[in-house]
Amino acid sequence: MINLKINNTPVTVEDGSTILHAAATIDIKIPTLCHMALDCFNLEHRSGSCRICVVEVENRRNLAPACCTPAEEGMVVKTNTIRAINARRTMLDLLLSDHPKECLTCEKNGNCQLQDLASDLDLHHLLYTGEESKYEIDLANKAIVRDLNKCIMCRRCETACNEVQTVGVLSGVGRGFEAVVGPAAMKPLDETKCTFCGQCVVACPVGALTAQSYKYPVWLALNNPKKTVVVQTAPAVRVAIGEEFGMEPGSVATGKLVTALRMLGFDQVFDTDFAADLTIMEETTEFIDRVKKGENLPILTSCCPGWVKFFEHQFPELIYMPSTAKSPQQMFGAIAKSYYAEKINVKPEDLTVVSIMPCLAKKYEASREEFSNNGVPDVDIVISTRELADMLKEAGIKFTDLQESEYDSPLGESTGAGVIFGSSGGVLEAALRTAADWLTGEDLKDIDFTAVRGLEGIKEATVNVAGIEVKAAISSGLGNARKLLEKIQRGETEYHIIEIMACPGGCLNGGGQPYVRNDSSILEKRKQAIYAADADKPIRKSHQNPDIIKLYDEYLEKPGSHRAHELLHTSYTPRESN
Amino acid sequence: MIDSIDKLNQLAASLNGRSAADICVLVSMGTCGIAAGTTPVLDALKSEVAAKGLEKTFNIIETGCMGLCHSEPSIEVIETKTGKSMVYGNVKPEDAEHIVARKAAKPIAGVDTVEKTWYYPEDEAASDKIQARIVLKNSGRINPEKINEYIANSGYEALGKVLTGMSSQEVIDEIIASGLRGRGGGGFPTGRKWSFAAAQDSEEKYMICNADEGDPGAFMDRAVLEGDPHSVLEAMTIAGFAIGAKHGVIYIRAEYPLAIKRLQIAIEQAEELGLLGKNILGSGFDFKIELKYGAGAFVCGEETALIHSIEGMRGEPTFKPPFPAVSGLWKKPTIVNNVETYANIPAIIRNGADWFKKIGTENSPGTKVFALAGKVDKVGLVEVPMGTTLKDIIFGLGNGICDGKEFKAVQTGGPSGGCLKADKLETKIDYDSLIALGSMMGSGGMIVMDEDDCMVNIAKFFLEFTLDESCGKCTPCRIGNKRLHEMLTDICNGKADHVTLRKLKDLSHTIKDTALCGLGQTSPNPILSTMANFENEYLAHVEDKKCDAGVCTNLISYEINDKCVGCTICARNCPVDCISGERKEIHRIDQEKCIKCGICFHACKFHAIDRN
Repeated sequence: MINLKINNTPVTVEDGSTILHAAATIDIKIPTLCHMALDCFNLEHRSGSCRICVVEVENRRNLAPACCTPAEEGMVVKTNTIRAINARRTMLDLLLSDHPKECLTCEKNGNCQLQDLASDLDLHHLLYTGEESKYEIDLANKAIVRDLNKCIMCRRCETACNEVQTVGVLSGVGRGFEAVVGPAAMKPLDETKCTFCGQCVVACPVGALTAQSYKYPVWLALNNPKKTVVVQTAPAVRVAIGEEFGMEPGSVATGKLVTALRMLGFDQVFDTDFAADLTIMEETTEFIDRVKKGENLPILTSCCPGWVKFFEHQFPELIYMPSTAKSPQQMFGAIAKSYYAEKINVKPEDLTVVSIMPCLAKKYEASREEFSNNGVPDVDIVISTRELADMLKEAGIKFTDLQESEYDSPLGESTGAGVIFGSSGGVLEAALRTAADWLTGEDLKDIDFTAVRGLEGIKEATVNVAGIEVKAAISSGLGNARKLLEKIQRGETEYHIIEIMACPGGCLNGGGQPYVRNDSSILEKRKQAIYAADADKPIRKSHQNPDIIKLYDEYLEKPGSHRAHELLHTSYTPRESN
Repeated sequence: MIDSIDKLNQLAASLNGRSAADICVLVSMGTCGIAAGTTPVLDALKSEVAAKGLEKTFNIIETGCMGLCHSEPSIEVIETKTGKSMVYGNVKPEDAEHIVARKAAKPIAGVDTVEKTWYYPEDEAASDKIQARIVLKNSGRINPEKINEYIANSGYEALGKVLTGMSSQEVIDEIIASGLRGRGGGGFPTGRKWSFAAAQDSEEKYMICNADEGDPGAFMDRAVLEGDPHSVLEAMTIAGFAIGAKHGVIYIRAEYPLAIKRLQIAIEQAEELGLLGKNILGSGFDFKIELKYGAGAFVCGEETALIHSIEGMRGEPTFKPPFPAVSGLWKKPTIVNNVETYANIPAIIRNGADWFKKIGTENSPGTKVFALAGKVDKVGLVEVPMGTTLKDIIFGLGNGICDGKEFKAVQTGGPSGGCLKADKLETKIDYDSLIALGSMMGSGGMIVMDEDDCMVNIAKFFLEFTLDESCGKCTPCRIGNKRLHEMLTDICNGKADHVTLRKLKDLSHTIKDTALCGLGQTSPNPILSTMANFENEYLAHVEDKKCDAGVCTNLISYEINDKCVGCTICARNCPVDCISGERKEIHRIDQEKCIKCGICFHACKFHAIDRN
């Protein structure tokens, strides 16, 4: 333990603590900007680059950045001397002098940590002004907007991209005043191995990295009398959207969500959870087939488009391993534009499928060529949880006061197995529930595979499924996926099935979810909400979803059938590794 | 293969005496010498000797830099028997005939000689000697591409002493006792640095040589690497033994191809003789050295940035702690020392810490190499004991200001140093005295300025450099330096007021107080030191909108007065044709078109052009 004094108050902290940690224990919040910490992932980014958190340390020549200066025995720290205050204000002044003053029209207005800091430090006019950086905005891809004019060089996106996700697209480019973060040679993102996971967007404290917005196309579709507009909502959306309206994190807002979407004007409100159940039917069939044949193991899940693009770039030699099952979003689109369109007698091109996703990579996924039929995309527009909240606010819908209502039929019915797709471990658990029943031919009661739940980056479990010891692994965060895949490449593992999600913690922490800033307890609450929603469901196994059974009876015949393959399966493309 | 200290001693003894030839001719073949035209001189000497059949009389030796920038191409002629020597400067190929014909270290009509104060290393007795050479002992004296010449001059003797008779701790203790401080700029005690890494319990450790010399106008390290590469290899091996490292990396900028070539040759030769590699001198100690090339980023001289660059990452500093001695290259204990620091090590081990401490000042023992440049009459590379005065260097060695102009300032410490004025010339320079004056030792750049230099513009020049070379990681360095530069530009353009001066000073202090690494923490030094020492110049720019040195073109104008005789020389020289007037009539300058280049001002022989 280390004893030090901060602002004349004795503090005792554990070895390895920084001044910032120590100050927090006595309720002093030293202002920070580049610092980022998500305790549940053991992640702390402390580049020490913004110098906002400087404090005075006795017997030290210059000011110390609190976020990366280790607390030392006997240290005497003063956080609010005039020297520290002036330096802090000067740093903010300098940052703002090279930052566009367009807060009112900025995507991050109200959600910007630089804006908050200017307010907290009470800065009312700039002392230092001069040239401002000028960069072209990178709008070329479907998911992410890079506006480097707003970049403050905190490097948080780099930590997310390189250390957490090990994707390796973003790094410092250029020198001096021209230094900025971008892909090598400042290529646009769509020419890189970017997975569009959106964790950089989550990390960005300002408006330099934001999501591509498709709110306006949704408004257009809703106002187009020639279109039938249906919407699907991903599992993780319902446990997070309430946060945007001041609801407690962890609130399950499924019913209000359905009502809100109806009020916006969607013709039918459906659920991606339905498609998640469908995914389980196809994926589990494939899994059991591979286990029985003892080939192509382990099977890797393929619901996550960020993960799909990751292995296409980084592990093209393992391309035979992931399940060929499409993701729930794309299965939904494919069924909506065939089975459902036929049912309601609407031409696929007159049916608009909108997705509400916790994810930015889903925007990219929907644009992949293989997910369209005769030029008609299966999913037309993808918006994020945050974008939906924006639309509801614009429409003046008081979300928290809404009555609850039910999803429409036939693509709205779902089971608890579909809900848990939203959390890391959920897809695997859903698959095991179905596999166990199918292999035993029974309706098993003990279906909570709790060993596979949790936000840890890599989980391993051996589960007895109908007498077979199934070795399973779950990873979330692409860096963890890399560790597992490298183990597979070295032949060190004998897994049967691995679930992989690109975002740490799974979809509940997706790039399109409400910002959690540095409060990772919110993610834990979202997770609990997902499992609570599962427990609440009368049916908790995908294969028991009556509308799924009906879909096979009426249209698809059986899992793995020829038609199922045509509509519900896909293939992967090896891509350049740099 | 030299697998024992005895064999090394035998070899050294057998090499006793340079050559059987009567006359040795040392030809300065550093990059600078070659650029100045030494190669044709060397060729001419060789062919003259061959033509006269005097191969047995003359031994022509290609050496590294002698430091005589002001007299390149330079050669030294030594009479083997008497030891008498003479250095000739500005040698032309056609002089070869006379030099060969003279066959002696004596003046030759029509060939410049170099004064004794400058360069006669072995002339220990010279009373007016200002230089003392430890680091540059062999530079310009031996052929750096021949390991035997190094061995003949006590080379690898220190390594032998360490590996056969000293413990790691004894080596560290000796370096601590010597008081040697890091020559890269910071002045941190080298022995103490080593002890931190030695105390780390790790299988892997690294010794790095920082040869990323980047200060504008600095070439101390290049001269050592080109002139005496083995001294660095020997020192790194000693240091590796001291801290328990088996790997050495020399991080050298790719713009130093000759130094790289000579290092490669030196490593190869040392490995061949068993002085590098496995089981050195039969001691069981292994040490290998590899070269890594830098791409010419100034900030990579900062040790954490340098380490990241070696690792293949972006060369930018990270916060310390952890210090490299604890977690450095590949997260292993690592020591980064500069070339000049290393070059001191063999001499300290050979002669002992007490010998070293007698040279220099109490808190800064030893010597320092300076690259003397700027408006000084004789530019060059000098090595002087710590505590030598600026005056001795600039006026003693440098022979004062060129063209009879007035001395105005001297900048030490490179772009992050400070400018000192004439009243500080008597300062005995060492690490502490320079810091006390608001400047610093830096790696050894010394730039002299005269009355034609505008100090505001000088500050702007240095800031432009640091701004350009900043990695851009931290806010104060990335944006703060940009704002400083903009304010300086405003001052030079006559667009600033007293508020600007106040902001300039405040921001300079804040940047020093908050920047992440040494580059940012020192980048405002040129501003603060010029503001302190040349305040009147800043005030003249701000209050009177005047630049007395005539450098800030927006603040000056040229006008023709009635002394004009109409000779037309100004009009004929004007590059933009803005001067008009008939012959024998007073001319006039079109102020709209004038670019204030000053060519007319200097061309006029009648003092008929005023600079306002």
